[in-house]
Amino acid sequence: MDILSLFVIVPILIVLALTFFAKDLKQARLISVVGMGIQFAMSINLIFAYLKERATNTDIMVFTKDVVWYETFNIHYSIGVDAISVVMIALTAIVLLAGVFISWKIDDLPKEFFISLIALSSGVFGFFISTDLFTMFVFYEIAVIPMYLLIGIWGSGPREHSAMKLTLMLMGASAVLSVGILGIYFNSNADGGPLTFNIFEIAQVNIPVAAQNIFYPMTFIGFAVIGALFPFHTWSPSGHASAPTAVSMLHAGVLMKLGGYGVFRIAMYLLPEGALNWADFFLILSAFGVIYGAFGAVMQKDLKYVNAYASVSHLSLVLFALLMFNKTAWTGAILQSLSHGLLTAMFFALIGMVYGRTHTREISKLGGIMKILPFIGAIYVITGLAYLGLPGFSGFVAEMTVFVGAFQHPDMFRRILTIVVVSSIVVTAVYILRMVGKIMMGPLSNEEYKDLPKATWFEKTGLILLLIPVILIGVLPLGLSEMIKDSLQPFLERLL
Amino acid sequence: MNLESFLLMRSEIGLLAILLLLIIFEIFSNKKQKAAVIPFAIILLAINTALGFLPQESGELFGGMFRTNALLYFFKTTLSFGVLILLLQSADWLKAKVVDENKAPEFFMLIISSLLGAYFMISAGDFLMFYIGLELTTLPVTALVAYDTYKRISAEGAVKYILSSALASGAALFGVSLLYATTGTIYFDSMAEILTSSNLSILAFVFFFSGLAFKTSLVPFHFWTADVYEGAPINVASYLSVISKGAAVLILTILLFTVFKSLMPAWNKIIYIVTIATMFIGNLFALRQQNMKRFLAYSSIAQAGFILLGLMSVDQLGITTIIYFVAIYIFSNLAAFGVVQAISSFSDKENIDDYEGLYRTNPKLSLLMMLALFSLAGIPPLAGFFGKFFLYTAAASQGYYILVFIAVVNATISLYYYLLVVRAMFLRQSDSAIPYFRSPFYMRLGLILAAIGILVIGVYSPIYDYIFSISNSFLN
Repeated sequence: MDILSLFVIVPILIVLALTFFAKDLKQARLISVVGMGIQFAMSINLIFAYLKERATNTDIMVFTKDVVWYETFNIHYSIGVDAISVVMIALTAIVLLAGVFISWKIDDLPKEFFISLIALSSGVFGFFISTDLFTMFVFYEIAVIPMYLLIGIWGSGPREHSAMKLTLMLMGASAVLSVGILGIYFNSNADGGPLTFNIFEIAQVNIPVAAQNIFYPMTFIGFAVIGALFPFHTWSPSGHASAPTAVSMLHAGVLMKLGGYGVFRIAMYLLPEGALNWADFFLILSAFGVIYGAFGAVMQKDLKYVNAYASVSHLSLVLFALLMFNKTAWTGAILQSLSHGLLTAMFFALIGMVYGRTHTREISKLGGIMKILPFIGAIYVITGLAYLGLPGFSGFVAEMTVFVGAFQHPDMFRRILTIVVVSSIVVTAVYILRMVGKIMMGPLSNEEYKDLPKATWFEKTGLILLLIPVILIGVLPLGLSEMIKDSLQPFLERLL
Repeated sequence: MNLESFLLMRSEIGLLAILLLLIIFEIFSNKKQKAAVIPFAIILLAINTALGFLPQESGELFGGMFRTNALLYFFKTTLSFGVLILLLQSADWLKAKVVDENKAPEFFMLIISSLLGAYFMISAGDFLMFYIGLELTTLPVTALVAYDTYKRISAEGAVKYILSSALASGAALFGVSLLYATTGTIYFDSMAEILTSSNLSILAFVFFFSGLAFKTSLVPFHFWTADVYEGAPINVASYLSVISKGAAVLILTILLFTVFKSLMPAWNKIIYIVTIATMFIGNLFALRQQNMKRFLAYSSIAQAGFILLGLMSVDQLGITTIIYFVAIYIFSNLAAFGVVQAISSFSDKENIDDYEGLYRTNPKLSLLMMLALFSLAGIPPLAGFFGKFFLYTAAASQGYYILVFIAVVNATISLYYYLLVVRAMFLRQSDSAIPYFRSPFYMRLGLILAAIGILVIGVYSPIYDYIFSISNSFLN
């Protein structure tokens, strides 16, 4: 068994083990934590294996494997990774393991919870390793659909409504995406070769510009909806607010990154002329999303809504950076994906811990938590600062790279847009500092909060697991960005 | 004609033998042995289905009236397998309600005659044989729809079915007579050579198509569907929605791709509009249904709309995707109807509201229902996803991207109402949930077979490639 397929097979095996052997919460979480621990170890191993392989191997993708699936349509199960997929896989594994720790005490239908969570993860891993459009699309849908059950069964508030809205919007987007994929497929013989779904074979073909202009927006929007592109972001705030903690973490931390990844790898890479022709339009949308998300977050009263809108803002920034068409901005986009994935997962985990103790998420009702819960409070402050871009943490590295890259573009329109988008940093500071200040510092808002239980070991483990890479990226960004930059070369050649 | 050439009709002869054996059983069994007819019939059909997996030669009989080839043979075996699952699922209902009234053998005889009709219909080489097959498929089902004789709604359904069916057959027959008037032949092959696009032949096609559109419940010939499904016993509704519809879809495809090929520019537009109308009407009506049978009726109308997408690609790809999708659809719908049947025969409850909290009491049934609905909605890795995606591919291969776009919008609408059932089963909790029950052996076997179909047909690609390899038999 090759090193990459294991990322899909291990979750499936865990799902089977859970189905047949788990009797109660203890067994379910034990199986899950062991399984996700293996997955985590595999992803760390993958990073080193990748670096070692990359030293000698100059192909676009390494660890490739190709098995014919549907012969008639030339569909293959073909896999391979470059630096972008490797870091995304590592991010997924980290957030997932942390998510399992955070869900330590899930009491309602625990077995089913972990089954859905891990089934979803097999879709995410499969998506990141696929190099065949069809296979990738299959994994993408597998990653989306368990969300309905996860939010609907274990969520809070208007969970049924939120779950339905999220599922329909995302599946609707993937339906549009399927038209885009078919459009690409039936134009992949433009140079006289056979029809193919293979991304790198299509990348050799010059698809007619007229077709690119039609199918690019479909493919772009199909992926960008899950990346919270304005005005298709409306599923995100309600979905994240209703979802249980681990699901918010995984969804905002990993699933929304599928959008940016797909936009980059499929829409922009395969349809370069379409990408350039449509760039301004989507650039305006994503720039608007950055500002809109930031102001939206300022206005929220519920902690989860603050974070959900902040995610809209930060992920629009990823799309914004991708549309800037230069190496630095792209590196920034990927760093921002990573950094946001880790930080937003921490935020949702912390909000879940506060909510689990105080039973409220309203900012106005919380105050002075730091004194009672020093560990959670301290991490909350660190996360907040990292989120608004304090040097030394991943947020700073990512945003700095994005803005430097975006401003490098000689076009005046883009420079002005960049300046406008940079101003969102100030707004981010407003809502983060206000939120952290109000709920952590200041006088204790409610006397009953005095006896809140301290953070447990599994909560601490989950948080530290996420915090370590945040600091690592913040302090030692060079190795990571070099690794990513190497893999951007084929994109540059195709797009510029 | 020698004896060996009769072997070309092996599957038909097998069904006839079953019919005769059932009659003999009926005559010679005493009152105590009546219940034994259920395992007897099921085993006979299982043997017949198993024989279907043996290789078969292609050829013609009766001067071209009857023809068979690998593709038809595959399809017949699929239908037979579907009926087998259906019989397994109806065994308890028969045991509980029908055996005492001494009507069980008739049930099997009617279903198997109808299946025999479907066989003859798809194997037809001329319009006479086709018409006989069509009637033989329809008439026994009318009696089956009215099988709950004590229910008024059942009788109403049967009357509706026979009247609209008679009208549809009349229309189809009128179309055939016009075709005969234009070409002077009723044989498919010779007609395909002679038929050219003229006003009369297009008119003939329209009448003929209306007749088959009724069978497949395409809009605007769908009005009977929901009422008949609601009135009929669940397994009969299930039969109508999978077997009779599946056979009609196949013969429609074959005729469009061969006999009416010269009229392609005309029927293409008709099918285009009918596809869009069928998907939208089926989906929009399904949104508000409360009764599971009506719900599945409208869902199956919408699914028929999806099937038509494959007709847009008049080549091997089109016919392959249609047959592949129909096979998947048979398994998915049988699983959904099977769960409805299981729940209904335990608790007499058929509404979506009654399913609230079902997962907490009956996890396995709910899970199976979810699989079936997700397969119908087209969620990977279940078979329905592959079926639908390949239908889109077939339509897109001819450049019908707008049609594909409308189809994917409809797929999203359909996901909403399928999720409503999932919501009731999984998300809701209810004090009056249907309590835990263990389905009897036959039902479990039927459900498991359907579930295996849903899980395997999609991911296991050789099935698709096999259908593709045999599907050129009509096109050369």
